[in-house]
Amino acid sequence: MGNPLVIAAVGEVGEGFIKERDVGDLCQAQTQHVFCFDWARENIDRFETPTVQHLQIVIPALAIGFVVAFALALLAHRTRWLQPPLLAATGILYTIPSIAFFFLLLPLTGLGRDTAIIVLSAYTLQIIYRNTILGLNNVPAAVKDAARGMGLTQRQILWKVELPLAIPEIIAGLRVAVVSTIAIATLAVLISAGGLGTQMYGSNLTFPTSIIIAGAIVMLMALAFDAGLLLVQRLTTPWRRAARA
Amino acid sequence: MAKGGAGMIGQLPLASFTGAIEFIFSPQESNVTGGKKVGGFDKSMELLIKHLEVTALALAIALVIALPLGLYLGHRGKGEQLAVGLGNAGRAIPELAVIALVAVLIGVGLPNVAPVLAILGIPPILNNSYVGVSQVDRATVDAARGIGMSETAIIRKVELPIAIPTVMGGIRSAAIAILATATIAPLAGVESLGDFIINRNVYGENGLLAGAILVALLALTIEGSLALLQRRLTSDGLKVKTA
Repeated sequence: MGNPLVIAAVGEVGEGFIKERDVGDLCQAQTQHVFCFDWARENIDRFETPTVQHLQIVIPALAIGFVVAFALALLAHRTRWLQPPLLAATGILYTIPSIAFFFLLLPLTGLGRDTAIIVLSAYTLQIIYRNTILGLNNVPAAVKDAARGMGLTQRQILWKVELPLAIPEIIAGLRVAVVSTIAIATLAVLISAGGLGTQMYGSNLTFPTSIIIAGAIVMLMALAFDAGLLLVQRLTTPWRRAARA
Repeated sequence: MAKGGAGMIGQLPLASFTGAIEFIFSPQESNVTGGKKVGGFDKSMELLIKHLEVTALALAIALVIALPLGLYLGHRGKGEQLAVGLGNAGRAIPELAVIALVAVLIGVGLPNVAPVLAILGIPPILNNSYVGVSQVDRATVDAARGIGMSETAIIRKVELPIAIPTVMGGIRSAAIAILATATIAPLAGVESLGDFIINRNVYGENGLLAGAILVALLALTIEGSLALLQRRLTSDGLKVKTA
């Protein structure tokens, strides 16, 4: 990988958008171009590694965030008085701007991916926790009574009745968490954790094409994850479709 | 994998919290400036105020655009797709890309950056004011209409007061999103507390950590103040119901 501002050999370009342009000054003044298709076509592969890195930050962060928030929500569901303090604590983590959070952890965990994963997973706690609690609280008392009447234990009621009915809220929370985490992970570049932010800031700051492509990949990734979660919700709540049909 | 371009931190001796606190209150020699003293209370306050100015300006722009629109759409019960869809899409926007693009395409400086920061605040305000107003009990609205209130009076005197908790929730999200992103505004030539973080070759590691501490405290303070404001604005009748 060379300097992004140096245009690769232009042998095979000459189709599509650039036909009538002189290949010699192919996006020479790239900094003035809003979007240079020629460069994009030649260099799309340089976004592969950052995309993989981005996923390597986002997926562990979301997995950890979900497990911790879910566990906290179950705990608070059983121990009611924990609900307000946990909401406040996760709220504080959610309020601290991620950039500040990255650097606050620097003396403790240093530069790199681990710090990024910790910050981003802390950031997701509030949304997932709050929605899981909301979902569990929204389960009608009559449904729980019926389950109890059928002889289900407290644990069975939680896993077979309450949690399935809370899935829409839980997934709604996850969707918000996923989309915002993917967007915020671009800032991981500031602590040298890689990701798509590397194509937006640093040596590429003055290069719009690269910023736009990286931004588009981020938004597409968010869209894909969001659609995936929507699918999971459809598959895990078949009774909702039945009710509507 | 410490991969990155020119502006990245290379090797960074560990900054310390005590060093950062000292940096906030009195100018310190940084490890990168060769004996020159940087930082200190006056500089910290100057940047803090600039940070607040950028945030307030951008939030004001976002409010002027999104609040009336959200209230109106909620009142009419129209444009749910727009209000809620924008709210969801807004979260997917990578702030870094937005700031970097402003710097290279539109130009640096407050007049360019403030409206762009405002864009980050519009989705939550629009979404929440729409949702808040559209969830007001229709019977209440009909009653207001029945006693002869005009449509604008209904929005102002009935729907908005009832929707205040939801509307304020959106404003709080917007304020925090803008305040957070103002931290990287120095990339586009706007001074803020982010200067301590972005210009680490001027302020050193203690400055970096000091910037992070100040931004975090500022965010928590603003969030707390807006939460208090929300309590003040919420009518007592609504508080009794939720209590």
